[in-house]
Amino acid sequence: MSAQPNPAMKMEQARKLARETRDCSALLALVPYAAWIGLRIDLADPAAPVLHLPFKPSLIGNAALPAIHGGVVASFMESAALMHLLLMLDEQRVPKSIDFSIDYLRSAHAEDSWASCSVERLGRRVAQVQIRCWQGDHAKPVALARAHFLLAADAATGG
Amino acid sequence: MSQKFFDLLRASYRSAVPHVGELGIELTRVGADGVEGILPYRPEFLGDTERGLIHTGVITTLIDSICGVALLAHIGQPGRVATLDLRVDYLRPSRPGKTLVCRAECYRLTGQIAFLRASVWQDDPAEPVASCLAAFMRVNQAVDPAASPVLGGALR
Repeated sequence: MSAQPNPAMKMEQARKLARETRDCSALLALVPYAAWIGLRIDLADPAAPVLHLPFKPSLIGNAALPAIHGGVVASFMESAALMHLLLMLDEQRVPKSIDFSIDYLRSAHAEDSWASCSVERLGRRVAQVQIRCWQGDHAKPVALARAHFLLAADAATGG
Repeated sequence: MSQKFFDLLRASYRSAVPHVGELGIELTRVGADGVEGILPYRPEFLGDTERGLIHTGVITTLIDSICGVALLAHIGQPGRVATLDLRVDYLRPSRPGKTLVCRAECYRLTGQIAFLRASVWQDDPAEPVASCLAAFMRVNQAVDPAASPVLGGALR
């Protein structure tokens, strides 16, 4: 086991790579589901990551409209918040989701989606994140969401 | 009529909702008083490789899907419904290798709005990994030309 880098080191290396080269593949590999739905991270502005979900037919929830599955929109936004925290904070472990609340404002068409996040409150143990998801027009969000995450500081004490 | 519609929901669920087939969600119980579905584990569902936890987004997707079917089953006829909002509390970590089970029920239905609750567990319904409250809208097909009267338009 000692030949393997420990998980905290793996995360540190993945974050360093993302911050220095804008290559987020190692960071995404730590969250397999985010990689599986096809999430990408645009770090053109390193201070404001934009999360990108390229459209693919398997994301469709309503074949007749067609529209992206509401659950996909939600899990894209949850993943976006998680990746945002991994990039912007110096967490040693993946933050744990406490709760997630989403308002669907428009149906998500069969096209690419984007999300941006802001950490509105960063405590020692809990982070509150606001998430906005849009498609063609940033001013017309598909959904707005918020989430609380438990940070690793607490995990060390068994939380 | 009801049983026939429930059978139709079961039979057409995967094809009407491509992402449900992609994930592997299956309906195990369909009734006006509630719907149950299962999602067998796949390694792609992990959200935390170190702790070995299932990504909460998988759970949210399962909940949204089963709530949609629960609402249609409660209404008892084809139609189109759309999620207005949902709030999920992640009560326990969900463990890899184990199937997720979701039960959803509509506890209040008005002409246009429906209120649902859902619970997700792995081994024991008494120890849920997540609980959820959701509001749905019944889409008026007369003013929504995009909505199809066939079952394919019934699910989102």
